[in-house]
Amino acid sequence: MNLSLIALTPFAGAAFVAAISRLGRLHAAWGSGLVAAIALGIVYPHIATVFSGDVIVQSVSWIPLLGMDFAFRLDGLGLLFVLLILCIGLLIILYARYYLSERDDMGRFYAYLLMFMGSMLGIATSENIIQLLIFWELTSLSSFLLISYWQTRHESRMGARMALAVTGGGGLALLGGFLLLGEIVGSYNLSDTLASGDLIRSHELYLPMLILVLLGAFTKSAQFPFHFWLPNAMAAPTPVSAYLHSATMVKAGVFLLARLFPALSGTSAWFWLVCFTGLVTLVVAAYIAMFKHDLKGLLAYSTISHLGLITLLFGIGTPMAALAGVFHIINHAIFKASLFMAAGIIHHETGTRDMRILRGLRKYMPHTALLAMVAAASMAGVPLFNGFLSKEMFFAETLFIANQPWGWLLPAAATLAGIFAVAYSLRFIHNVFFSGEPVDLPKQPHEPPRWMKVPVEILVALCLLVGMLPAWTVEPILAISAASVLQGPVPEHDLAIWHGFNTAFFMSLTALIGGVLIYMARRPLFAMQEKLEHLFDFRSLYEFLLEKLFALSNAITRLLDTHSLQRMVFVFMLFIIALAASGMTATDNDLTGNRQTLPVDGVSMLVTLVIVIAAIATVVLHRQRLVALIMLGTVGLGVSLVFVKFSAPDLALTQLSVEVVTIVLMLLALYFLPQQSPNESGKWLRSRDAVIAATAGGGVALLVWAVLTRPYDTIAEYFLENSLPGGGGTNVVNVILVDFRGYDTLGEITVLALAGLGIYAMLEHLKLAGSSHDGEGRAWDTDMHPTIMASFARLLLPLALLVSMYILLRGHNLPGGGFIAGLITAVALVMQYLANGVVWTQERLTFNMQAVIGLGLLIATVTGLASWVFGYPFLTSTFSHIHWPVIGEFELASAMSFDLGVYLVVVGATLLILVFLGLVHHQSHQMKPRKRIR
Amino acid sequence: MELLISLIIGVLTASGVYLSLRGRTFPVVLGLTLLSYAVNLFLLVMGRLTIGTPPIITETATRYADPLPQALVLTAIVISFGMTAFVIVLSMKAFLEMGNDQVDGKHKP
Repeated sequence: MNLSLIALTPFAGAAFVAAISRLGRLHAAWGSGLVAAIALGIVYPHIATVFSGDVIVQSVSWIPLLGMDFAFRLDGLGLLFVLLILCIGLLIILYARYYLSERDDMGRFYAYLLMFMGSMLGIATSENIIQLLIFWELTSLSSFLLISYWQTRHESRMGARMALAVTGGGGLALLGGFLLLGEIVGSYNLSDTLASGDLIRSHELYLPMLILVLLGAFTKSAQFPFHFWLPNAMAAPTPVSAYLHSATMVKAGVFLLARLFPALSGTSAWFWLVCFTGLVTLVVAAYIAMFKHDLKGLLAYSTISHLGLITLLFGIGTPMAALAGVFHIINHAIFKASLFMAAGIIHHETGTRDMRILRGLRKYMPHTALLAMVAAASMAGVPLFNGFLSKEMFFAETLFIANQPWGWLLPAAATLAGIFAVAYSLRFIHNVFFSGEPVDLPKQPHEPPRWMKVPVEILVALCLLVGMLPAWTVEPILAISAASVLQGPVPEHDLAIWHGFNTAFFMSLTALIGGVLIYMARRPLFAMQEKLEHLFDFRSLYEFLLEKLFALSNAITRLLDTHSLQRMVFVFMLFIIALAASGMTATDNDLTGNRQTLPVDGVSMLVTLVIVIAAIATVVLHRQRLVALIMLGTVGLGVSLVFVKFSAPDLALTQLSVEVVTIVLMLLALYFLPQQSPNESGKWLRSRDAVIAATAGGGVALLVWAVLTRPYDTIAEYFLENSLPGGGGTNVVNVILVDFRGYDTLGEITVLALAGLGIYAMLEHLKLAGSSHDGEGRAWDTDMHPTIMASFARLLLPLALLVSMYILLRGHNLPGGGFIAGLITAVALVMQYLANGVVWTQERLTFNMQAVIGLGLLIATVTGLASWVFGYPFLTSTFSHIHWPVIGEFELASAMSFDLGVYLVVVGATLLILVFLGLVHHQSHQMKPRKRIR
Repeated sequence: MELLISLIIGVLTASGVYLSLRGRTFPVVLGLTLLSYAVNLFLLVMGRLTIGTPPIITETATRYADPLPQALVLTAIVISFGMTAFVIVLSMKAFLEMGNDQVDGKHKP
């Protein structure tokens, strides 16, 4: 079955769970369990294949140009993680069903949890590293939602933000690392990457790539100095902590180390970077864990410390160390999940997690106490429990450089961390379950509901089974996952409990005895630590850096954004002029080219004169707004004459109809705006702007002159040749719009539709009072709808609509088409509004304009999609000639239905804008006119 | 003829730039409209000036104007109408909410 379903099922399940949670509170929990079980069912048939040593890779080409495939892989390591994520996930789902209270929204919780599960599964099964990174980022995002689940709490939001900032930043570094890696290998597929270890290690980009990849892994795995997000993420509900910090989230980082181990390890850079980071994390976090009073805080630092241990093992880089690393990943997942759940139970039943208050709970919850003790013993590395086995392998591996100078430091530090681990594990047990009687607990403690303990029992049973019978339980999966980490033979190993009196055994013994001693001497140590607390405060460093970052971005914003549009437009114009000037002066070419110019005729002179005078009049008279608007209309009409002159009939028609609509619109708007602009700019400002304007205009004129006097190459031939045979139309401009570049037109009508809807949104419920006088103080005419105009407009309507239909239908072959016809229809209808009034027209024209816009977009899109049915790319057009009785030969092109869509959108959007403005206008007459505002 | 069209585009640009530097919304909208005329003309003439040669295929015509800039400009005209409409309504709304039609949104009388 398809591997991609393993990762995609939980995402689909998230929507499903969110939906069914409306039906009942617990439906979400059962639904999530079902989804996880289905995912397990999908994995099941592959398990035998993977155990036989095969790697399953399934790939679909996605963006071949970029080397991006949608590719999944299942090998030993992937399978191990898939099983951990799904099995522990199932237990978490069961546990959370009892943990969450009546007030918590179960649907939201489980939907987030499943999204997170899917993202983790995606990481574990990705074959393409870019795809792996996408899932990696998805874990950051979904864990943000999980950590901030209790959104109303400040610390939840803060913890979630911090986790997102740190792991998201790491993800960015990882992206850089992966891009470099892909550059080195020449492929983004993991199979190629794993096979090119020597190439990668000898490449000059190896070191920067390694550092970036490690940054990603270390931030995710909360390695020192990025560890501070993890304790703050403890604000999450405990099931989330149990899941994120045992089997998933933080394990993604070590998974990456394991995954890329054969490709990246084996150099001294790898050794020093990974070993050192792991070692520091291991020791420092174990030390801090001893002094945490919060149960979850202690577990959080212990998690960091254990991740350091795993990182250190991969850093050491011997096959045996890598095997021990994988083993500890399994063991840590098991005991840490059960410990978090136990901590959750204690919090749930006593109302506190503070170890200064908790004590003597053994009497009240003996069963939970027993479970917690086993898990904590495993965490401490006590023999017969699973943690002991991998920890002893770890101790043995630290000895490999013991014969080097200073080589003893590594085992010594490891033992020291072991001592701390024993001490904090002991504290967890002794402090909470023993040491006297509980006093002043928020709740009377008692055992939790039966089924809340079941997940813990299962995990604790595993701790014991793996600890005592490792060869029968964990060995097979360990062997295949180690084999895929090493991409080669697994070293001889013996998962026995007793290896004789060797150095590793004495290190374990020292850790146990030392841990007990430290715990006994805890009081003076606590006092000493109080004074040193601030030394480990990386959180405030993070906050300091964040504050500086905000300050910096604010400063940049303030520098660029002066809160004045006028000034910004000025700067913008100045910059454009400077840019153009530098371009123009950089060349020695003559301004005038050698192309033959056209002769000037009298009419052209006259039109030019009219446009120039009207444009200048618009500027000069701009404070008299109505006059300026009339002048603007003159310019627009002049421009449409220019279009006629220079062989662009379609443009002339469009410009003419747009001009009418624009002027009507601006007139309507002007009614609500002041009739005159005050003279605000001083003389200096006006001269400055005049200079800018003259420079810009002069520059553009020179540019046009320079271009027009030079010959040029065009791709027009293609369109002219293919318009008739390919698009079935003789009007090449229209064929380009609806056929060759139909996709662009679809985008453009969408923009127009959005503009219309945006204006509708702004005008809806808007109540404006218009002025009762014009700019000169004269009252408006009260006869709003003169009879002659009204009658003529009604008579004209059918004729106008007929013309617009004609223009629409002939558009493919002669000037016209959807844009122009739409504008003509709109103008015809707007005339009715103008002549007969909004109310009269609305009674007769009951279309909903939003629906017309929607219909138009739908027709255009469906026309495009229809070509898929026939196996052609989107918006491929076709045409044929049919013979109709009486009418004769008639051409039918699919592009015509596209043009119909264009037509409807243009009519809808134009009318929506004008009619709504008109309605506002009409309402303003019903209200008491306001005093004139100048 | 090339000189005349350069002059038209130059004057339209200059007027548009001057008006878009004003401090009230209505003149700025006028200025943007003038600028869009200038840009549309500019785009059209990039296909060079030809007279009496519309890009409509006929059996007798020997040469045609470049249809590509025309197709570009046609949609540009409609889009600039949408933009003008949006901006003018926005300025109405701003005038209503702030009591003046300053482009900087200042609460000046």
